[in-house]
Amino acid sequence: MAKTEPADLPLPDAPQRVTLLKTPAQFPGGADLDARKAQSLQEPIRIARVPKRLYVPLSQHIGEPTQALVSVGDKVLKGQQIARSLSYISAPVHAPTSGTVSDVGSYPVPHTAGLSAGCIVIDSDGEDRMADTGLRLASVLDADPAEIRQRVRDAGIVGLGGAGFPTSVKVNPGPGRNIDLLIINAAECEPYISCDEALICARPQDVIDGIHIIRHAVHARQVVIGIEDNMPNAIRCLQQALSDGDEHDISVITVPGRYPAGGEKQLIYALTGLEVPSQGLPIDIGIVCHNVGTTAAVARALMHGEPLISRIVTVSGAGIKRPGNLEVRIGTPIAELIEQCGGYTEGVARLVMGGPMMGFSLPSDQLPIIKTSNCILATTWEETPPPPPAVECIRCGKCAEVCPAILLPQQLYWHARARDFDKIQDYDLFDCIECGCCSYVCPSHLPLVQYYRFAKTEIWNLERERQQADIARQRHEFRQQRLEREKQELEARRAKAKKALRPKQGDADAKKAEITAALERVKAKKAARTQPPGNTDNLTPEQQAKIAEADRRRQSQRNEP
Amino acid sequence: MEFPTQSSPYLPPRNDVGRLMLTVILALIPGALCLMWFFGWGVLFNLVIATATAVAGEALILRLRHRPVRRTLMDGSAVLTGLLLGLALPPLAPWWIPVVGALFAIVVAKHLYGGLGYNPFNPAMVGFVVLIISFPLQMTQWSAPAGMGQESLSFVETFRMTMLETLPADTPLDTITMATPLDRAKSDLSQDLTWTEIKTNPLFGSFGGLGWQWINAAFLLGGLALLQQRAIAWQIPAGMLGGLFLMSLFFYIGDSDTFASPAFHLFSGATMLGAFFIATDPISAATTPRGRLYFGAGIGVLIYIIRTWGGYPDGVAFGVLLMNMAAPTIDYYTRPRVFGHAKSDE
Repeated sequence: MAKTEPADLPLPDAPQRVTLLKTPAQFPGGADLDARKAQSLQEPIRIARVPKRLYVPLSQHIGEPTQALVSVGDKVLKGQQIARSLSYISAPVHAPTSGTVSDVGSYPVPHTAGLSAGCIVIDSDGEDRMADTGLRLASVLDADPAEIRQRVRDAGIVGLGGAGFPTSVKVNPGPGRNIDLLIINAAECEPYISCDEALICARPQDVIDGIHIIRHAVHARQVVIGIEDNMPNAIRCLQQALSDGDEHDISVITVPGRYPAGGEKQLIYALTGLEVPSQGLPIDIGIVCHNVGTTAAVARALMHGEPLISRIVTVSGAGIKRPGNLEVRIGTPIAELIEQCGGYTEGVARLVMGGPMMGFSLPSDQLPIIKTSNCILATTWEETPPPPPAVECIRCGKCAEVCPAILLPQQLYWHARARDFDKIQDYDLFDCIECGCCSYVCPSHLPLVQYYRFAKTEIWNLERERQQADIARQRHEFRQQRLEREKQELEARRAKAKKALRPKQGDADAKKAEITAALERVKAKKAARTQPPGNTDNLTPEQQAKIAEADRRRQSQRNEP
Repeated sequence: MEFPTQSSPYLPPRNDVGRLMLTVILALIPGALCLMWFFGWGVLFNLVIATATAVAGEALILRLRHRPVRRTLMDGSAVLTGLLLGLALPPLAPWWIPVVGALFAIVVAKHLYGGLGYNPFNPAMVGFVVLIISFPLQMTQWSAPAGMGQESLSFVETFRMTMLETLPADTPLDTITMATPLDRAKSDLSQDLTWTEIKTNPLFGSFGGLGWQWINAAFLLGGLALLQQRAIAWQIPAGMLGGLFLMSLFFYIGDSDTFASPAFHLFSGATMLGAFFIATDPISAATTPRGRLYFGAGIGVLIYIIRTWGGYPDGVAFGVLLMNMAAPTIDYYTRPRVFGHAKSDE
């Protein structure tokens, strides 16, 4: 019997084995920053009041926005799904409390561009009545991984470390993919932010339960919790909880506290010495990373039936009277949260969502907390002064010393300024993680990251325009070809008819040959049209989602009056 | 409540160009003092005149170019250019030597070539090279270092020399002009004297030139302070000193009679000043880590070649300028492997 070669099917990768380093490696670059976490860790987690009115954005994640399932006047229960996802990379949205939908429409949302986007506005009825979500799985560790993934998806869980990538996608390695190591990211490297540390200390069991569920879903051989060595309380709490539960196969490894140790690629490198391939994902080297907050959210959903309707938010900075960590319902206006933290101090100057290195400044506090809001910073000018005037780059190379991606930020800056977008991709702009280290150390005070963000957006923009132009040109060419063909067919028919009339005429064949030759030329020309190079061809889902988001943002900007 | 928005990061910047330049200027102090100790008040006049001219020239050009004058002067780069040029000049040079040099350095080499951040050549060295090509007589008249037995000129005598080019009648010729150890070594070696014989000349100290060895040691000290402060990258001085050392060692081992010793090369002329303060000017140097090593090594090799076979007293200025031209190409071919890219990726 002849052996059949399944040539068309991708062969499963050979199981990758990842070895953990005995002592964590130092990732390239990075900066030593003042942690400033103590001020928000003075008290245990406080439960924030449920506000009278919540603004729940339809898009709180990387990927497609959701579609509202409710309309004005509908009564909703806490935990009820109010918006559904329409594509794979997306996450549904749930009502954070019970009440009435008072509007579905465009409201300001926390966003780098400070735009408005679709929100569901819920007026709380004050009863906080829970819906039956059906998310709980009786014996979750015996369940089919597919079932777990579906429930993680139904629970609307996204990466809570700040990126907001749908977790269901990350617990789905896909056929032929093998995950050897599951890393739980507890390295909270940005200054001020302490929500992960607070969570670990308050609810270590949720974290551990979540780890078991995710591990089961992705079939990981080993699990490690990566944590910064400047979080001694959290380390102690974790180790205590692990030894109480006889969890010998989950290890806690401390990495040196150096920004950005909590970056996914940096943490993986520190723990394993492996580099995530450029434009690739950790899964390409047999690793998957989840944030501790995400892990706990998975446990709350699958073991307690609670979808992602609240999160722990660090409220900190010298502009806050009573800093701390609060468990906040999604959709709570920031102003209400600030009020519960004693309000602003005299010298408050800036409001930032996220950390002082990678966060973004908010134009107003009338914006809701969303799934990815790990931190609200209200700072004074003293802490975050206005940038000193920038002077010319002196090519000192300090930026290159601190770049964790080993890029040459001074060259990227040069080409971004010159709008030389081919050259800037040649210098691997898209490997930039926008950690901000280069701007922080630049003696010329250049807003380097801003230049890179600008260049990336412009390149996506051009890429999209080029694709559209390509499509338009293709259509045009197809039409021209069709018209030509029709014309030639008509002529051929005519010639045939003529030939039938005058059978002695012999040049029809020559004409036919000419036509075929012309068609061949067109075909060859079309085939020869080369695809433009560039690293925007094979984008990861995250990047594609980012592009889509940028497009959307641009679109909405255009729609603005 | 409303807030102003801005792009992250928000933490106050850790470094500042002005502070960086100030650090470099402060680190020059030990070397400058040592130079003054051995060569007298003329060094001070050179420094003052060159710096004042550089600052005035910068202010003038900034005004003509409609750039902020005060803020730009505060970055200290013009002061540093003036100081570096002043340190490279013969101590009894007439006043117009530092004036011409500093003006050319700032007006042409810095501003007409592009302005701070865009000038391809080290401005102080361009100024120096213009002077040595145009005024070889004035530029090669080095006075005798202290410790040679001559009486040194007083402050007033030096001032008169600098401003009016007049000297007290009874001044011995050696006071105002004497071969530097580098000159001496070259001319003596060309007359078939052996290195051991040459070294017995009082112009030579225990490891470098007389006086020069301590001047170099003092600049080395300042340079180490800069490294400790992380104000300069280590690769350039390491490359340059390494290049010069290996070149001189190679020839010295081959024939220790006709070639000067590595220690002499490292501790004579402008070696240490060049390695830590001149070649490290980031604007005109290579900027990748590996590139900086090559850039420095290239300068070291060129210095040795010019010193040994060239017609000029020292090779630092030419070495630096020649490598400045190669810096962009060196940078292009020494790009580091980006994180996550394959090791063999070219």
